[in-house]
Amino acid sequence: MRRHRWLIPWLLMAPGLLWLALFFVLPNVQMLAMSLSSGRVGDFAFSWDWDNYTSALTRFPDNFRNSVVYGGLATLLCLLVGYPLAYGIAFRGGRFKNLLLFLVIAPFFTSFLLRVISWQILIGDRGPLLAVVRDTLGIVPANFTIIGSPLAVVAGITYQFLPFMVLPLYVSLEKIDRRYIEAAKDLYAGPWRPAGWIAGGLVGAAAGGALMLGLGYATLAAASLPALLPAMAIGGAIGGLVCGFLVSESFVRVVLPLSLPGLFAGSVLVFIPSIGDFVNAELLGSTKTQMIGNVIQNRFLQQNDYPTAAALSFLLMAAILVAIIVYARVLGTEELTGGRAA
Amino acid sequence: MSTAVAGAIPRNRAGPGRLGRGLQRWVVPVFTALAIAYLLVPIAVMIAFSFNDPPGRFNFIWGDFSLAAWGNPLGRPGLERAITTSLGVGAISTVIATTLGTLIALALTRYQFRGRSATNFFVFIPLATPEIVLGASLLTLFVTSAQEPIRSLTGGAFYPLGFQTIVIAHVMFNISYVVVTVRARMAGFDRNLEEASMDLGANEWTTFWRVTFPLIFPGILAAALLAFSLSIDDFIITNFTSGTTNTFPVWIWAAIRSNLPTQVHVIGTIIFVVAVGLVLVSTLWQARTNRAPALNR
Repeated sequence: MRRHRWLIPWLLMAPGLLWLALFFVLPNVQMLAMSLSSGRVGDFAFSWDWDNYTSALTRFPDNFRNSVVYGGLATLLCLLVGYPLAYGIAFRGGRFKNLLLFLVIAPFFTSFLLRVISWQILIGDRGPLLAVVRDTLGIVPANFTIIGSPLAVVAGITYQFLPFMVLPLYVSLEKIDRRYIEAAKDLYAGPWRPAGWIAGGLVGAAAGGALMLGLGYATLAAASLPALLPAMAIGGAIGGLVCGFLVSESFVRVVLPLSLPGLFAGSVLVFIPSIGDFVNAELLGSTKTQMIGNVIQNRFLQQNDYPTAAALSFLLMAAILVAIIVYARVLGTEELTGGRAA
Repeated sequence: MSTAVAGAIPRNRAGPGRLGRGLQRWVVPVFTALAIAYLLVPIAVMIAFSFNDPPGRFNFIWGDFSLAAWGNPLGRPGLERAITTSLGVGAISTVIATTLGTLIALALTRYQFRGRSATNFFVFIPLATPEIVLGASLLTLFVTSAQEPIRSLTGGAFYPLGFQTIVIAHVMFNISYVVVTVRARMAGFDRNLEEASMDLGANEWTTFWRVTFPLIFPGILAAALLAFSLSIDDFIITNFTSGTTNTFPVWIWAAIRSNLPTQVHVIGTIIFVVAVGLVLVSTLWQARTNRAPALNR
């Protein structure tokens, strides 16, 4: 027994690893084979059929674009909302920290579908949000709708995955030794001016422009400058004011760099499920806002076009594996799994 | 702490004005509160609309206050069966996933061995894989298993799809969550307690059941709760692996094309309240067990 001690951990892990091998690894191998097969349900034959990949890449350019653009915008919005939220809980939460964290994950105690349905109610044509901004305040035109637009899909995705951004950010902010901030202040770190005005203004203007372009309210053509420029100006003004008045030098030089691992972790954890999502696009969007996930589930479950769908899934999986491996190289595996645990 | 020093030396080159200081004090807490409210609004909507008597077949627009759906929460064709399936799948997959995941977590935290960090990484991959890929690849596997010669080998266990394939899928995605949760709770585990037990003559088996297991049990329970709630709520993977069997989320997805009955919001509210209640009870209980050793010291 003593001689075989090295066997013990493997014996403990064997049943679980076997399950994962059979129902996680094997299916993905099977899917890779399927993506190179031809035929119909019942008699697929492996045939090195690379046409599935050509067809997957060329037939759905809009869906790929939607996935990347909506996923990217949702990640950006999660960051803009999630960072101050995580900072607020970590630095100003006091004895309510655990309660606040619990409230952040509270949405996970209801079904994903029910949360999307709640958003259908909230932003619907006869819902409370439009009743205020359209009917009462008249900020938007009378025929303005949210449901069916890219805005609805991005808003839905942002909501669904915001906790994935907040939790790893909170973990890395909470770990920061407060004495570093004291030290920075003792070393004459003051308000972040005038650099903050410029940096914040640029970032805000870029974010405003990206949102208008990504959500389809503006294009790069000269004709849409009247829509694009005000959005960039508003974004720039908000960014400049926030960075000039609220952000201090000790934050920029101490807190922000130390929170980068959490920021990367959160971004990956939001971006990955975002680009694979199809429920938000299906229930909140229209046929024009379909993402790659919609195509995959449609091909698999309605059209029974397994080879193309498998090729699409495999491309998605491969892209994500690359992202994880790069990430693990940068931060290490413990950091990776630990961030998710918290 | 360092007030004397700070008072003597002007700390900021250009300190924020009174307005700036006021802003700095209030903006972050106010923003935090608003963001939390934003996260909770859809839950409030769900609960509120469980008391709705909608004007049409879709529970999207507020009609009148009504307790009708609460009086008859299962009163839709197929709903009761879907919920029974959800609970059954949840219970079975939780037991299997918690057992397998805890064993992996034990191995990863208690032993140093070659391949440990590779295993850590391997267990993490399913967490980072989009659910649609997990579901789609399982569906591919199950459908291919219907072809000869695999069909004869497996005895058709994986096709047609049904209860058993949903359980397989849920165990698969829950194992990693259990590993991560149990491992996190075991991080602060005091190995001296086990050594003390061995010094007092207990063998490894007795030590595990009398010392180790009671100490890590709260972590295992937390993992099981997480696994159960993930299983009950899962839609995407289940949608791919359920065939004609409905779980509660799959039933909603099928219904939503033609109608959305108020019962959906009622059941959602019940699940939410029960889940929150269970988590609160387990947290309080864990806080008590964590305090206990300190009292004996």
